[in-house]
Amino acid sequence: MAATEQTIKQVNTLGSSDYKYGFSTDVDEIRPPKGLNEEIIKFISAQKDEPEWMLEWRLNAFKVFNKLPKPQWAKLNIPEIDYQDCYYYSIPKSLKDKPKSLDEIDPEILKTYEKLGIPLKEQKMLSGIAVDAVFDSVSVATTYKKQLSDLGIVFCSISEAVKTHPELVKKYLGSVIPVSDHSFAALNSAVFTDGSFIYIPEGVRCPVELSTYFRINAMNTGQFERTLIIADKDSYVSYLEGCTAPMRDENQLHAANVELVALDNAEIKYSTVQNWYPGDKEGKGGIYNFVTKRGACRGKNSKISWTQVETGSAITWKYPSCILQGDHSKGEFYSVAITNNMQQADTGTKMIHIGKNTSSKIISKGISAGKANNTYRGLVNILSKAKNARNFTQCDSLLIGNQCGAHTVPYIESSNSDSMVEHEATTSKINEDQLFYCQQRGLNSEDAVGLIVNGFCKEVLQHLPMEFAVEAQKLVAISLEGSVG
Amino acid sequence: MLEIKNLHVSIEEKKIIKGLDLSINKGEVHALMGPNGSGKSTLSYVLSGKDKYEINDGTIDYNGKNLLELDVDERANEGLFLAFQYPMEIPGVQTSFFLKTAINSKRKYLGQSEMDALEFAKLMKSKAEELNISTEMLKRDLNVNYSGGEKKKQEILQMSMLSPKMAILDETDSGLDIDALRIVSEGVNKLRNSENSFLVITHYQRLLNYIKPDFVHIIADGKIVKSGDYSLALELEEKGYEEISQTA
Ligand SMILES: Nc1ncnc2c1ncn2[C@@H]1O[C@H](COP(=O)(O)OP(=O)(O)OP(=O)(O)O)[C@@H](O)[C@H]1O
Ligand SMILES: [Mg+2]
Repeated sequence: MAATEQTIKQVNTLGSSDYKYGFSTDVDEIRPPKGLNEEIIKFISAQKDEPEWMLEWRLNAFKVFNKLPKPQWAKLNIPEIDYQDCYYYSIPKSLKDKPKSLDEIDPEILKTYEKLGIPLKEQKMLSGIAVDAVFDSVSVATTYKKQLSDLGIVFCSISEAVKTHPELVKKYLGSVIPVSDHSFAALNSAVFTDGSFIYIPEGVRCPVELSTYFRINAMNTGQFERTLIIADKDSYVSYLEGCTAPMRDENQLHAANVELVALDNAEIKYSTVQNWYPGDKEGKGGIYNFVTKRGACRGKNSKISWTQVETGSAITWKYPSCILQGDHSKGEFYSVAITNNMQQADTGTKMIHIGKNTSSKIISKGISAGKANNTYRGLVNILSKAKNARNFTQCDSLLIGNQCGAHTVPYIESSNSDSMVEHEATTSKINEDQLFYCQQRGLNSEDAVGLIVNGFCKEVLQHLPMEFAVEAQKLVAISLEGSVG
Repeated sequence: MLEIKNLHVSIEEKKIIKGLDLSINKGEVHALMGPNGSGKSTLSYVLSGKDKYEINDGTIDYNGKNLLELDVDERANEGLFLAFQYPMEIPGVQTSFFLKTAINSKRKYLGQSEMDALEFAKLMKSKAEELNISTEMLKRDLNVNYSGGEKKKQEILQMSMLSPKMAILDETDSGLDIDALRIVSEGVNKLRNSENSFLVITHYQRLLNYIKPDFVHIIADGKIVKSGDYSLALELEEKGYEEISQTA
């Protein structure tokens, strides 16, 4: 395939060792023509053998999308996106006929995941972690399915859940992020392709980490992830997503909608290690990561905790949020966002306090290097019925060099006089004397920066599942390579 | 080991070191004493390669290499160690992790494999015990909320784990209580051998009772104005800088 050859060449000429996931996989794809219209939506739905109600839901979302204004990009500089110049669906041919076992899957695809450190074959599977692997628009395979289903846990692709658990999907899909929320939410609802579906039954504590690995491979193709996680009463689940993409000169769109629902006493821990291709040093290429993530703490005493390490993407726009409806429910947001070279990130959270005695905690660490811009944007909204609500927010920014920027935009709205909101913010430059000290102990300048920045992020990184904490620390150091001269 | 000739250093146009000569051989301990602001810490920073200092003239040879051409971390990995007058705090970085990172940086530089976790733990434990540093301390973030004396002890722990060829101790004795002073000195003496050298910067002759120097130098206004043996330190204690400098 010419396009792939071209990519490989580009990757070679870039000769960059910084982004080690930049390779692409040569596979035959099924890919309808570019463009956004009812035809393509019908095509996607038909490819997935969806029931009629799902198609109607999509078509309605498309109508809503056409009516909605585009989101206002506060601190971001985003070129006009031509929705008609993008592919909305691309799957490897070998995955068309729903392979029954891994033997039927194109070995090239299995190799891709192996190279990414996510072996899917039984003998080699990561222990303690069940993986759903999404390749462009389709889920390739899900590991540990049988073991999980014995506990009543459903862990599969959303496409499969639409068919196997329609009652749950109908009940919860779009219940946290309404289709009409904003134009990206509507767009995703119209053309979403794959993502994960998780249901943890009442009283079950999921014994392994559940995780989804998103890989964008095809050129000019948008990835529209849709993930839905439901934790029934008294249940617990920890979920982690990882993301990578080949290095390309063009920008590609990843627009996700992720909805979480926690019922009485349930807890969902959701972690992200986002390492999409960030573009080159001059800002060419890279993923536009426009993500809507929202969790509803519907039940009393429920808890949703977001932890994110955002190091990739040309532009990141995401605000994982919690709607604290149940009395005594808790929301947490721990974030590390690193921008280097020409990257832009505008990220933060919304904590909406509705129930009594609800509490939320926000810890955000923003690191900027090169010519990058990094904004924390957050909203803490305490409604009048949220008696005794509590919030603590801490936003720290670290600047490396003189050409980058850090911005903190916290909004606080409180309609309740018993509530308590605390906010702390700091902005500092990386301390030259600390760097010198580390270098005097033999660390080279990049290792010294990595060490100091990891220390700066510790409060957040320690919330990641153990298995990923070490990887994340390395990623933090790697994404800042070349930031000190 | 170290040969400094006619060194002239300025910072932000201000001349600080003004023609300094100093030669340190293998196995020797040199003490450097001098009034506040005379340029002692500046010399230690220049030797370890801190930027912002302008070298206007002079040469520094370190084991046959032009020291001024090496990066900070190269100098460190070539065995040059500075125990800081004011050690830095590094929040979020566990002391033990920092020690391990430093050791492995050096091993990597020397083309050796990483130190085995068990071996490292043993080494750290034995060295920390010698210096009377608790394991609790090693779990804390590096130097964060350490007392002044605890920071100085931590510097010596790092030194003894890295076993440098050329160690510069910048006022390590300031801030140490009497027991700590003895313990730290014992630590230094234990490390002393015919292959390594020390440059001990201090204001107090008391330290030199514990760490017996082969040579004592007095620096004033960026120059060494007098050199001698251990008795010079005693003489200084008696007469003070003013008089000694005049008789130079
Ligand atoms: N960044 C700087 N800018 C201007 N002057 C400086 C700078 N750093 C050091 N100096 C000056 O250089 C001189 C030498 O300082 P240095 O720290 O080397 O003294 P010292 O001999 O170590 O003194 P002490 O015994 O107090 O530790 C002082 O006058 C100090 O003010
Ligand atoms: Mg000094």
